Amino acid sequence: MPERPESDPVDHSARRKKVIAQRNVAMALVLVFFVVLFFAITIAKMSH
Amino acid sequence: MTQPAAAQSLPLPADWRDFFALTKPRVMSLVIFTGLCGLLAAPGRINPVLGFTAILCIALGAGGAAALNQWWEADLDAGMRRTRERPLPAGRMERGAARDFGLLLSAASVLIMGLANGVLPAVILLISIIYYAVVYTIWLKPRTPQNIVIGGGAGAFPPLIGWVAATGEITLMPVVLFAIIFMWTPPHFWALALFVQSDYAKVGIPMLPVVAGEAATRRQILIYAVLLLPLSLVPWWIGGTGAVYGIAAAALSVVFLALSARVGLRRRTGPDDSMRPEKQLFAWSVLYLFALFGALVVDRWLV
Repeated sequence: MPERPESDPVDHSARRKKVIAQRNVAMALVLVFFVVLFFAITIAKMSH
Repeated sequence: MTQPAAAQSLPLPADWRDFFALTKPRVMSLVIFTGLCGLLAAPGRINPVLGFTAILCIALGAGGAAALNQWWEADLDAGMRRTRERPLPAGRMERGAARDFGLLLSAASVLIMGLANGVLPAVILLISIIYYAVVYTIWLKPRTPQNIVIGGGAGAFPPLIGWVAATGEITLMPVVLFAIIFMWTPPHFWALALFVQSDYAKVGIPMLPVVAGEAATRRQILIYAVLLLPLSLVPWWIGGTGAVYGIAAAALSVVFLALSARVGLRRRTGPDDSMRPEKQLFAWSVLYLFALFGALVVDRWLV
């Protein structure tokens, strides 16, 4: 299991928020990438 | 409970870098490269978008299989120096998250490959994922010292998939490329196993050096290197490539054989042995595969 902090709870909360925010950004970028990819695949298949 | 206290009781979620690490990026680079070479060396031309998608799916599939491998082997990884800092044994991620991530990547790779490149490459990709995550990781690796020999097939799939994605059919050439990586894998891994064998022994993985001893392993390395030399020339002999590949393959394989002979014919001098020949063979084996498949593409496009 991920380690539990021994330090300041506010600091832990801020770190947790930061990690979640980074994951959300990464997920959004992946989703946008796949939207573009599927569009490009569709165009490529149609022109094939 | 106050809000900060409640937040403190929640575990820190895994970072996106930990998910990325689950995919074994360094192994994936070799997978992407050989898959790309298979795709580029194939006759005919593939739409760049579909070609990119094929390579992406090969990478996603390899990443998914690697994540499933780490999910299954988390306890073993914790006992080995080389692997104990991975996200699961280091405690930075929950096991269920690794499993779900692996399944998601694997399923997505097969589905997208099927949509973009056809059923045949998608089926081969699915077989390769099952081969690595189930046949190798769960079944063979903990049971037989020949795990690497048969498990090596998993790493041999990418050029086959790349070729089939480009052509839509299985012919002799991609099967030969599969066989080359299949034959290359045992000396590559056993060279590594020779200088990290104490770690494998500690967690009870029956690697050949642990079970059959060093002498047998060194002999087997030499045997596979001898077989690899003529096999690497088969693409040239059957007319699948030109002389550039043939000469490069001969030169690379002769060096591979020479380094393997040095490993195969020597004995460890003592506990302080630096295992330099084994480390050199391992390093050359990685370079060998990059150079061999690079020559395949150069031969196809630049000559």
